[in-house]
Amino acid sequence: MTVQHDPSVYERIQAGEQFQELRRRYRSWAFPMTVAFLVWYLLYVVLSGFARDFMGAKLFGNINVALVFGVLQFVSTFLIAWAYSRHAAAKLDPIADELRGGAETRDEVGEGAK
Amino acid sequence: MSHETLSTILFVIFVAGTLAITFWASRNTKSAADFYAGGRSFSGLQNGLAIGGDYMSAASFLGIAGIIALSGYDGFLYSIGFLVAWLVALLLVAELMRNSGKYTMADVLAFRMSPRPVRTAAGVSTIVVSIFYLLAQMVGAGALVGLLLGVHSEAGKIWTIIAVGLLMIIYVVFGGMKGTTWVQIVKAVMLMVGAALITLLVLGKFGFNLSGLLGDAANASGKGDAFLKPGLKYGTEAQGVWGKIDLISLGLALVLGTAGLPHVLIRFYTVPTARDARKSVMWGIGIIGAFYLLTLVLGFGAAALVGSKTIAEADKAGNTAAPLLAQKVGQDIFGDVGGTVLLAVIAAVAFATILAVVAGLTLASSSSFAHDLYAHVFKRGDATERQEVVVARIAAFVIGAIAIALSIFAQSLNVAFLVSLAFAVAASGNLPAILYSLFWKRFNTAGAVSAIYGGLISAVVLVIFSPVVSGSPTAMRPEMDFHLIPLSNPGIFSIPIGFLCGYLGTILSKEYNGSKYAEIEVRSLTGLGSEKATSH
Repeated sequence: MTVQHDPSVYERIQAGEQFQELRRRYRSWAFPMTVAFLVWYLLYVVLSGFARDFMGAKLFGNINVALVFGVLQFVSTFLIAWAYSRHAAAKLDPIADELRGGAETRDEVGEGAK
Repeated sequence: MSHETLSTILFVIFVAGTLAITFWASRNTKSAADFYAGGRSFSGLQNGLAIGGDYMSAASFLGIAGIIALSGYDGFLYSIGFLVAWLVALLLVAELMRNSGKYTMADVLAFRMSPRPVRTAAGVSTIVVSIFYLLAQMVGAGALVGLLLGVHSEAGKIWTIIAVGLLMIIYVVFGGMKGTTWVQIVKAVMLMVGAALITLLVLGKFGFNLSGLLGDAANASGKGDAFLKPGLKYGTEAQGVWGKIDLISLGLALVLGTAGLPHVLIRFYTVPTARDARKSVMWGIGIIGAFYLLTLVLGFGAAALVGSKTIAEADKAGNTAAPLLAQKVGQDIFGDVGGTVLLAVIAAVAFATILAVVAGLTLASSSSFAHDLYAHVFKRGDATERQEVVVARIAAFVIGAIAIALSIFAQSLNVAFLVSLAFAVAASGNLPAILYSLFWKRFNTAGAVSAIYGGLISAVVLVIFSPVVSGSPTAMRPEMDFHLIPLSNPGIFSIPIGFLCGYLGTILSKEYNGSKYAEIEVRSLTGLGSEKATSH
């Protein structure tokens, strides 16, 4: 069953300062970080194609730049995922909860569609 | 006992266990939310494991280990794209999708658009991407049985494809999302345990000295230090600059495709809240990342201990590198019996892997057929939940049957390229439509339809005229030559085309619905009005 939402509720929330802050905090973290990890990944791929002597340079034993660079991609992926979950829990979730809780207790949107 | 017998016994146990789960799930699958989304009642960890089980295909497990064993470093390069891609899903898609959608990818795309054209486009794209991926997996299963169980007859391969197809149909038709998710969870645990065990044994043989392992692998490969750096498989020096551009094109499709794969996207609906969707992607990243680090050791370990020559003789693509390595380390450490047991275990894990992945793909395509095409396009939103689920089950059966037939037809062709093509289509058509839907206020029906068809058609057409279809010895039709472009991977062209089509389609149409954008934006970021978990 779909509950008909009053669209003005969403528009009112969207126009509110709190939501604008939530959106700003989300976008100002997620968008630049996405650009950053994509650039970092593409740098790795481009070097793998065009700078093979550099990638093949040995650092210690048989461990070369390519291997370390590759493992760093894993490390950066794990770190960014962890940092995002910290950011979301500290900066995004509280505002989202408040906005949702407020609208739900005022029963403006009713129980979500099941 | 031979390893073939033992593999078969282990596999039968897996099948019996998963069928029991499917039977249990079928009794708990009543509503549409149960069938499509497992009642949205899985935990973050459970869904994270299922994400791993859904995503780590035989192509990743056997394929990447094989590429590393034969061509060294380049296999690792491939796996990195598969992993980094999950950040796109985590940061931009998973939570917002969970909050604004219901059962399929199209729920988000059609949210503020005219439903029929958008759902038609999204349904077509979902089914095309899933069938490409499905074909590659099922044809692979046919080839694998020959390698692992010693069945080399044509009839044996065909029966394997039919058996895999029937099992996947049973999982999906009866178990729906619940059954499929549990199959994927069981498989993910088996795969991780199996891969970790072999990795530990391999590292143990080298005294946990990775440098020593790499040195032996490089020596045994006969290619020396070149084996440890990029360039033996993708964008080789012989291929010149186009080969290198092809490598970048592949990298782009891998990193941007994951967050547009329909069978990945529907996993986000199986948890109660957006926060659980975030947790499940976190677990997924941990599991998938750990797994690819293990395959690095497996691949180089196979090169060092089994030798590239033996591996290439068993299978040109190197798909048996991991099983052969399991046998070798088992033999070296525990004697012949140990070798037999480990080989059998890895062979059974490989089959479990294929089954879990094909079930996820069949579910994604039949859900989209029933929910998008049947309920919203044919019936214009007038279908009852019960009718939808009946149609979804019939669709699973029909799509499964089509996949079996196509796979039998394609089993002598080299269709491995279909996996990267599925990623390219997902990155070129689905991802632009999803990102624009979630973040661009002005986006509209014409934009969504143009992005999906523009990306889908350009990727497929570019591949048809590429060297993977004709004009090269490893092509699907090596005896023909109508290739026009030197790239095997279309992403570098088709991804910008998809985004551009979405942009142009949008600005050339006057349609714009500000209040619906307010709804999807508030809903996606706060979870207000989002679908709740069903309680039993």
